[in-house]
Amino acid sequence: MEHFSWFTLLGLDKYDYILGSILVLIILALAGLKISKILSSDDSVLPDDKFSVRTIFEILTIDFLFDLFTNMLGSREKAKLYFPILGGAFFFIMFANLLGIIPGFLPPTGNFNVPVACGIVIFVMYNYYGFKENGIEYLKHFAGPVIFLAPLMFVIEIISHFVRPVSLSLRLFMNITGDHMVLGVFTNLVHYLIPAIFVGLGIFVSLLQAFIFTVLSAIYISLAVAHDADIE
Amino acid sequence: MKKALSLLSIFGVAMIAAFVPESAHAAEGGELTKLGLALGAGLGIGIAAGVAGLGQGRATAAALSGIARNPGASSKILTPMIIGLALIESLVIYALLIAFLLQGKI
Repeated sequence: MEHFSWFTLLGLDKYDYILGSILVLIILALAGLKISKILSSDDSVLPDDKFSVRTIFEILTIDFLFDLFTNMLGSREKAKLYFPILGGAFFFIMFANLLGIIPGFLPPTGNFNVPVACGIVIFVMYNYYGFKENGIEYLKHFAGPVIFLAPLMFVIEIISHFVRPVSLSLRLFMNITGDHMVLGVFTNLVHYLIPAIFVGLGIFVSLLQAFIFTVLSAIYISLAVAHDADIE
Repeated sequence: MKKALSLLSIFGVAMIAAFVPESAHAAEGGELTKLGLALGAGLGIGIAAGVAGLGQGRATAAALSGIARNPGASSKILTPMIIGLALIESLVIYALLIAFLLQGKI
């Protein structure tokens, strides 16, 4: 199966995923600039009448993500504190996945490097937040419940911590790639009407995988910044 | 009955293990390797998908019975159900990755 994308017309075929990521970031930056210009005017408390860019982002951010993070992280202050990285991950992955549905673009997350990058960022950041919040006592999380089991529990916890970015990135990468491949195979089999169902499946999988990535990252951050008194 | 079945299965595996090395020497470069890779890829993803279907069926059944008892809590039940289904499905995705790696070596 050969891939065609609009970037082959420019001859930059190898850098598909880099250009796709840059395109997603440009779209998000333009949307952010437009919404901040609307919000800085006077009557910004009232929502818009019509269905606009600001309405989509407000529904996703305030109704959906903020309540979700408040549930996962426990309090509204923590949800506001960790919102930039989690919301950024959600919007980047959602728009990157949805870019693959548009004919002629390959999803940036369909290349192996981009989900691994997202996973490594989440891994580094939740450890950083754990150290920032708890200090050196963050290492007590690795020790387990009882102190004399500490050497065994340390190894098990280290392994399970290192599996987390691997599982996050592999899940995202394989879901998007496998879905793209299924769409390709079915379009080869039946050329006309049936692949529309798989495009619908592709939209559903894109949204779901962005949601799952964000929820799991929120759970990892909430486990890392939990104080010792909260665990028992 | 169970002892007879386990004894028979051990005997069967021993028979296969006795005869496979003979044909491995007899086959040319990659015939048996290709058989092994293809069987591994196909059976691996098949078993993974089947058992994951069972697991997801149980999760959905529990969620549906929860919604049936309390239709007002439907959205609160839906979110953990979706998370659970995606986590079970990610295990199938790991098996799919191995199946792709095996199939690429044929």
